[in-house]
Amino acid sequence: MDDHRALQGWGRTSPSVAMVHSAGDDVELVRLVADAGPRGVLARGLGSSYGDAAQNGGGVVVDMTSRDRVLSVDTGTALVEVESGVSLDQLMRLLLPLGLFVPVSPGTRQVTVGGAIAADIHGKNHHVDGSFGRHVVSMDLLCADGTIRTLTPESELFWATVGGMGLTGLVVRATLRMKKVESAYCLVDTERCVNLDDLLARMTEGDHRYTYSVAWIDCLASGASLGRSVLTRGWPATLEQLPRKLRDHALDFHPRQLAVAPPVFPSGMLNRATVAAFNEVWFRKAPRERRGEVQSIAAFFHPLDAVSSWNRIYGPKGFLQYQFVVPFGAEDTLRRCIEMLSDAGQASFLAVLKRFGAQGDGHLSFPTPGWTLALDIPLGAPILGGLLDRLDAEVIAAGGREYLAKDSRLSASEVAPMYPRLEQWRAIRKGVDPDGVFTSDLARRLGL
Amino acid sequence: MKDAIGNVQRVLVLGGTSDIALATVARLTAGRRSVQVTLAARPGERRSAATAELQSLSLQVSEVDFDATDRSSYEKAVTLAFDDGGDIDVVIVAFGLLGDQARAWRDVDAALDLVQVNYAAAVACGVLVGERLRAQGHGAIVAMSSVAGERPRKSNFVYGSTKAGMDSFYTGLGDALAADGIQVMVVRPGFVRSKMTEGLKAAPLSQTPEQVADVIVAGLRDGRRTVWAPPAMRWVMLALRHLPHPVFSRLPI
Ligand SMILES: Cc1cc2nc3c(=O)[nH]c(=O)nc-3n(C[C@H](O)[C@H](O)[C@H](O)COP(=O)(O)OP(=O)(O)OC[C@H]3O[C@@H](n4cnc5c(N)ncnc54)[C@H](O)[C@@H]3O)c2cc1C
Repeated sequence: MDDHRALQGWGRTSPSVAMVHSAGDDVELVRLVADAGPRGVLARGLGSSYGDAAQNGGGVVVDMTSRDRVLSVDTGTALVEVESGVSLDQLMRLLLPLGLFVPVSPGTRQVTVGGAIAADIHGKNHHVDGSFGRHVVSMDLLCADGTIRTLTPESELFWATVGGMGLTGLVVRATLRMKKVESAYCLVDTERCVNLDDLLARMTEGDHRYTYSVAWIDCLASGASLGRSVLTRGWPATLEQLPRKLRDHALDFHPRQLAVAPPVFPSGMLNRATVAAFNEVWFRKAPRERRGEVQSIAAFFHPLDAVSSWNRIYGPKGFLQYQFVVPFGAEDTLRRCIEMLSDAGQASFLAVLKRFGAQGDGHLSFPTPGWTLALDIPLGAPILGGLLDRLDAEVIAAGGREYLAKDSRLSASEVAPMYPRLEQWRAIRKGVDPDGVFTSDLARRLGL
Repeated sequence: MKDAIGNVQRVLVLGGTSDIALATVARLTAGRRSVQVTLAARPGERRSAATAELQSLSLQVSEVDFDATDRSSYEKAVTLAFDDGGDIDVVIVAFGLLGDQARAWRDVDAALDLVQVNYAAAVACGVLVGERLRAQGHGAIVAMSSVAGERPRKSNFVYGSTKAGMDSFYTGLGDALAADGIQVMVVRPGFVRSKMTEGLKAAPLSQTPEQVADVIVAGLRDGRRTVWAPPAMRWVMLALRHLPHPVFSRLPI
């Protein structure tokens, strides 16, 4: 099935038109790559990257979601072999009943394994488990020369592909090491933090005791309350830790969809007043401190998935997500960035703060040890461009970087200082794809 | 490619010495570093001055030779511009000739000069640029038309008729390219005080190139297909178009 149509990312900005092919079998994929025109080929998963990473204007885009089979499952070793178009949602529905959970879960289940590898995604457990690539045992990569190579972590190309934003080839299959769990629940501790210092101190002191940790910051609070937040941390719940009535169905996983956002929402519904009101209620509602609450995986990891297509609430102008990481020791930069956002009143419901642990081996992987802040910002305000440019400068000066899977506005000159291993990655890509058959709007914008 | 904020990376101006186009480029790239601009125009002092003006805004400017009266220059100019770097986000079709109305309706050469520059060359460039943008799957064309094309007036109907033609062409081109993700925006300014109108008496609602540029930038951002500058001109022209002929022909315009 081919289709000539406009594609956008989750932020619904900067569309481009491409020839979209639904992925067929391996032979067909090889043919597609061989027939690529001057504008090249790109794999696309569920399009949950925010910007133009999964777009290839004027070229070919292969929609991998038709390749969504689980090929083998070994509950003993926790190894599963899947096609790359399978989503984390499917994996959870299928494998949680068998006691296997995805090793890394982002804030949505609507991402494919291919997209998870290409962005080397991270979850709330990065400080202990690292990013997605660390749990990939092997993968089959369709390369520009038409060969399908089986890659393992010993090879350089493996790590150029992990975090490589689809620019080394099409990931066709992968074998993942899942996480064994006894239930589909987590034990969660919740704490309210009065300001940024309070939050950073609690995370620094206590995160290592938890498997999962994340804080939600009210970016509109200022002055002495700057950085006021709610910190939630937890562990996978064992059978014993569950209340008796849940034990018989401990591994059930039936996340519900509560609502679908209507297709038309005027831009500007989210303004400083509505968001401030929301944030206030949300902060007051959170318990000052609560320990050991039992929460389902869906409620703990993917609260936003309950409202399908929630990106529509930002209206036709769309929105962007700004996510950066700065190293430990650059807490002043983190504070300044939050101050700048707070001063500008750039309405964002909530910002998410996490602590990253050790760095993985992907050349272009985003996570490096430090603090990572992510927030959604509606488009439209004329001051926004300048504000974000100033934030970029802060991040670069502190030795930090921004996440390519979320980016929709950086320029080429800013990427090189953020990703010191870029030249190494380019050399590997050049070796495997000298003519740049695999390319994307993001790659062109950033001159990758 | 245009980013989420609407920042452009590369702009091409056909008729690269036009005051309105230069003002538009300045507005479109305000506050950005490393935007590339290609000025396609006849070599000479005016082009050099335009280049210097944009360089002073820290834009990276390149020049290609283009002459609307020389059919053989169109394809070369468009090819050179597009092959010179990354994708082009906005193409401004800004060349035009006001001509001498008194001669233009009585002298074949003068009439055909206007037809060649304002209509034939504009159509040719639209075809060439449209193909290139289609191949990119994104981009925008800004076509400088004129309110003079909306209803022929005694005082400049030859010029007006060529603008009517190019206006129709680009309006249709916009429909044809919509499915390819290309925005075509037709701009209908009223009287603009610029090099082109030097020495003419300013008409009511006259404006500066910068004011037109603001209208263009806003229209690009909002995905408009036609814009008037100043915006009120739209309603003035609507009224004029519907005036009965005996009244219209007696107006001092
Ligand atoms: C609500 C929400 C919350 C999120 N939370 C997080 C989070 O907590 N942590 C995090 O890390 N990310 C998060 N993300 C981002 C998301 O995880 C990544 O953008 C991910 O890459 C999306 O996967 P996808 O399948 O939708 O890929 P797409 O968006 O379709 O594509 C992303 C990239 O992967 C490439 N790609 C896709 N499939 C393949 C393949 N088979 N072979 C080669 N390349 C391929 C594409 O070319 C593209 O470069 C979130 C996104 C949303 C919308």
